[in-house]
Amino acid sequence: MPISKRCIALPDLLMERTEARPNQRQEEAAGVRHAPKVRRRANRVLRGVAGLLLLAAIWEFAPRLGLVNSYFIPPLSKVLDTWWHLLVTGQLWTHVSISLVRAGVGFSLALAIGIPLGAAIAWYPPVRELVTPVLELFRNTAALALLPVFVLILGIGETSKIAIVTYACVFPILLNTVSGVSSVDQQLLRTARVLGLSPVATFRKVVFPAALPTIFTGIRIAGAAAVLVLLAAEMIGATSGLGFLINYSQNNFLIPQMYAAILTTSLLGLAINYGLVALERRLSRWRV
Amino acid sequence: MSAEIELSDVRQVFRVRGDEGREVQEFVALDGLDLTVREGEFLTLVGPSGCGKSTILDLISGLSTPSGGSVKVGGRQVKEPGLDRGFVFQQYTLLPWRTALANIEFALEAKGGLSKAKRRERALEYLDLVGLSDFANRFPHELSGGMKQRVAIARSLSYEPEVLLMDEPFGALDAQTRERLQEELVGIWRRTGTTIVFITHDIEEAVFLGQRVAVMSSRPGRIEAVIDIELDRAATDEDIRSTAAFSHYRHQIWSLLRPEGVHRGAHLEEVHRVA
Repeated sequence: MPISKRCIALPDLLMERTEARPNQRQEEAAGVRHAPKVRRRANRVLRGVAGLLLLAAIWEFAPRLGLVNSYFIPPLSKVLDTWWHLLVTGQLWTHVSISLVRAGVGFSLALAIGIPLGAAIAWYPPVRELVTPVLELFRNTAALALLPVFVLILGIGETSKIAIVTYACVFPILLNTVSGVSSVDQQLLRTARVLGLSPVATFRKVVFPAALPTIFTGIRIAGAAAVLVLLAAEMIGATSGLGFLINYSQNNFLIPQMYAAILTTSLLGLAINYGLVALERRLSRWRV
Repeated sequence: MSAEIELSDVRQVFRVRGDEGREVQEFVALDGLDLTVREGEFLTLVGPSGCGKSTILDLISGLSTPSGGSVKVGGRQVKEPGLDRGFVFQQYTLLPWRTALANIEFALEAKGGLSKAKRRERALEYLDLVGLSDFANRFPHELSGGMKQRVAIARSLSYEPEVLLMDEPFGALDAQTRERLQEELVGIWRRTGTTIVFITHDIEEAVFLGQRVAVMSSRPGRIEAVIDIELDRAATDEDIRSTAAFSHYRHQIWSLLRPEGVHRGAHLEEVHRVA
């Protein structure tokens, strides 16, 4: 009875992870790989696509069937139609490109500041102890809370938007660089010393590569933060950019256009995240 | 290439904090330690855990400087680490982002004075010495523990040091791999003629590898005895570990290391002196 029950049951985590399989040494010795019962790879893609289609169907039919107010939540087809219109007229690209430049410049500045500064802080333990509480305080001050300050000092032009993105991005990068550099395997450092490597060479050849995976975690967090903070800044005081487009559409009751802009920000966020993940994978092919 | 190592009246004291109480105390790791390693010799160092074996290697390598006494390699006082001394640690210390070959090249980059092509050639040569030519482009995580240690040995030998210091390099390996690596190490030593100081807590390993075995006592660490090992290693097809001579040495060292028993008197005296 239990066997037949198992065959029908939805595979759960317990079944999947505790499935009987040859151990690693056996696999290695025989030069084979375990084939899971739940054919994962192909199924995974199919199920993922099905999930997306399900969401699209709900979005399309819930307004049409009157389950939600179709004025506030228009059907997906209408949103896509508007999106296409924005795309071919070039309006969308105008806003996207402006947002991309702001996010890109702010993010690059954060990289240029965060990595060297983080490395310097981590290299000298007294400096690290001096600045860690200050950094913790700044990190826990939400960037958006400081937006009025940035606007006050830098005005509502490009400078304040780039500055707020830089501010939001610099902390994850900086703090992860500090933690990556200061937690480098002491055994590797001993090896470098035994080889008589200079501090600069030790940093370049041992410490930095060892810290890179940790730094990259910070970079990915910063990528997400850049989009978030920029949108908010553009909503508050801007005449262009995706955040402006969303806010402007809502103010003027251009509801499908608002959703089209929101959808674009999702795609932008996805693209940035996947881009960074792909870069990270390229740089860390040596990892398991 | 090889050099003589001379430690005389070496004392090493660390600042420590007790489990209870926060005041800083002094911990005497080594006191009045004398040890001479001859040029080209393979010397093994056994002792109970925590007796200061690794401290000795740190001193010879120049990673730390003694609180008292002198440490000389090739007649020169050791001041800092240098490429005349190689070090193989117990933990795997390969750079995980470099392939086996590139890990050896890393040491040669540190040495300097070699072109990229020359470094590659030399690295391949040493990879071949440890029998891993086929694994040149594998990353450390793709190698077994024994292979990783072989690469580490090749890396330490690649810059042709006069002295090779090894801190329980086979401690984390399974018994079969360890025996094979021990045999290979003796072979490598014969070919290169490098002076080797090898730390272990395994008595059999010490007897098998060493021309001489230095037995340490702890608290404070000093050399209790140095035993010449004379085994007939010519008969290669024989299991040297099962000969009568081998077990005689094994037992002798075992008795020396036993905390109570024959040496109780000497031990009590030491405790007294520390107090």
